[in-house]
Amino acid sequence: MTELMPAEGVFSLIWLLIALPLAGAAVLLFGGRRTNAWGPYLGILTVSASAVLGWIMLVAMMGNSPEERTFDQTLFTWVSVGDFQANMAFQLDQLSMVFVLLITTVGGLIHIYSLGYMSHDRDRRKFFGFLNLFVGAMLILVLANNYLLLYVGWEGVGLASYLLIGFWQYKPSAAAAAKKAFVINRVGDVGLSLAIMLMFITFGSISFQDVFGSAGEASEGTLNAIGLLLLLAAAGKSAQFPLQAWLLDAMEGPTPVSALIHAATMVTAGVYLIARSNAIFNLAEIAALTVVIVGVVTMFMGAIIGSAKDDIKKSLAGSTMSQIGYMITAVGLGPVGYVFGIFHLLTHGVFKAGLFLGAGSVMHGMNDNVNMRRYGAIRTVMFITFITFAAGWLSIMGIPPFSGFWSKDEIIHAAFEQNTLTGILLIIGAGITGFYMTRMFIMTFLGKARWEEDVHPHESPKVMTIPLIILALGSVFLGMALLFWGNIETWLEPVVGYESKEAPISTGVAIALGLLAVGIGVLIAYLQYQRKPIPVEAPHGSWLTRAAREELYGNQVNDALVVTPTLVAAKAATAVDEKGIDGVVNGSAAFVGALSGRLRRYQTGFARSYALSMVGGAVLVILALILVGAS
Amino acid sequence: MNPENYIILSAILFTIGSLGVLIRRNAIVVFMSVELMLNAANLAFVAFARINGNLDGQAVAFFVMVVAAAEVVVGLAIIVTIFRTRRSASIDEPNLLKY
Repeated sequence: MTELMPAEGVFSLIWLLIALPLAGAAVLLFGGRRTNAWGPYLGILTVSASAVLGWIMLVAMMGNSPEERTFDQTLFTWVSVGDFQANMAFQLDQLSMVFVLLITTVGGLIHIYSLGYMSHDRDRRKFFGFLNLFVGAMLILVLANNYLLLYVGWEGVGLASYLLIGFWQYKPSAAAAAKKAFVINRVGDVGLSLAIMLMFITFGSISFQDVFGSAGEASEGTLNAIGLLLLLAAAGKSAQFPLQAWLLDAMEGPTPVSALIHAATMVTAGVYLIARSNAIFNLAEIAALTVVIVGVVTMFMGAIIGSAKDDIKKSLAGSTMSQIGYMITAVGLGPVGYVFGIFHLLTHGVFKAGLFLGAGSVMHGMNDNVNMRRYGAIRTVMFITFITFAAGWLSIMGIPPFSGFWSKDEIIHAAFEQNTLTGILLIIGAGITGFYMTRMFIMTFLGKARWEEDVHPHESPKVMTIPLIILALGSVFLGMALLFWGNIETWLEPVVGYESKEAPISTGVAIALGLLAVGIGVLIAYLQYQRKPIPVEAPHGSWLTRAAREELYGNQVNDALVVTPTLVAAKAATAVDEKGIDGVVNGSAAFVGALSGRLRRYQTGFARSYALSMVGGAVLVILALILVGAS
Repeated sequence: MNPENYIILSAILFTIGSLGVLIRRNAIVVFMSVELMLNAANLAFVAFARINGNLDGQAVAFFVMVVAAAEVVVGLAIIVTIFRTRRSASIDEPNLLKY
């Protein structure tokens, strides 16, 4: 266990990392139209300032010895009820550090890119406000030192994603996609809140320090329960099976949002949660095994969906699902995989942001058309986008020496160390990755132009291409930089632990097998899409293609298992309310009304009949008194 | 003389009064019948005071007289007003206050 260092010097500004983007969001969202002119620049400024601060902290952190790199800053006691205590406290260690840099740097580049991409949008200021909120919430998530504060960031990310996916809320499809993302995320959130409650019951505390310190004292059943609940939470946020359905619909948002969700924030939260809770997963074997299974299943689902979609953004979204599946698999493998899961998350964050922004740049030039069947030959008109996209393409396939190669190869190797079957499955997944990314690349940039008639593609403005170039450089060099020049295993080892086991195959063989699989994928895509003309209308396709176009029937399954039963139950409840409860209320009102309608007939207006009823009543009272007195 | 005879007389007077209220149509006569009932009650009070040998009944009789005097003022005023507007003292004709 590393000791906690007090946050002094530059580290006393940990809170400022979060406060800057949140303040930006507050100014932009509460400031109203007055901030329209300069709002977007303020949004970029706050995130960039956070990024600069983050890099300064990285340099300062590298000056300390590895055991003295965990900094703890307690601002104030937030909730204190009986034994329960939650502090507004932040913890910056090696793991949160890399996340802070990824979020603020890639997030900052996406902000700058949005300046060009959203330049024609009326609500540009609001968009930047939401982006700032997204970054701020994600920073709370990764900097919290207890699970409750993490939960705040977790929910903030959910809210911001809802606002951004539904940013063009006048489109019914966007509004529905935002709702869907929010509702499915809610399922995962239930898992997280139950996990937090269970931790408090078991350990009497929810701070990372206490929970991880006493994890060994809990029974294995409890730890497995906590682990599975955390996995449910991670599946919701990271779009893992069975909560994956929202991710493809989330493409309804503006493209920079997709880049932000898929690269720097949101879907990485699940990987972070599991890597952060490594002390629990190390002791919970069933939960860890389930994590691996979920990861591998999602990896295949995403890859298959990505292979069939003609919509460039949805194809990329399938690819994100698949790559996050790799990361989840890696962190499920235990100490052999945590560091590589995070490593792949970093490289993926960079190259996937580049790919998404590249796709956005293509769409920008093609009148927002997303159908790759109407693309083709874009290399001739958008050279910078073409080159940067190529860097991302080679990186995600894992071609040496691009970034993705280093991280993916390490995950595959780690999988072989733990379990040969997982390793083989991951290699097959790498092959499918080669297929769908090559298919996308050929359909978009190579071949003959299949453009619609009124389209005049042009290169995007500099404010969009410069972030693309920076991200492309990251796609090329980040992997090497982290593995050779800075050693990512040693860096993360004090937080998440690292051990190397004997693998049944050597590293060289693993690399060769991986490259062979990718080569086969690329070859199939080349024969299918480069050698043959691509029809403008999608062909009927095999059953697998049709299933993949339908997102492997995830929506249909959700409809059948959840939505329809819920609707039926709601209709039944409405019927009980309308017929039963309303019937009793309305019926008694009608009864009283009818009765009084009869009774008022006795108000005849004749004084003498009233006098008669009084006399009659008096006689009855007297008779009653006599009877009572007599007995 | 046996005081119970006064009770019997009181009952007879009360019955005559109540029958007058129920049967007669002229408001003045109805009103007089009401007075007859009140005085029958007074007679019963006084007779019971005599039988029981204390003054409680006498005191109540005085209260009834005072209340009856006040009631006469209000009641006659109403009857006079109704007569002025409708030119009739029939108790059956003013029947607007009904369902």
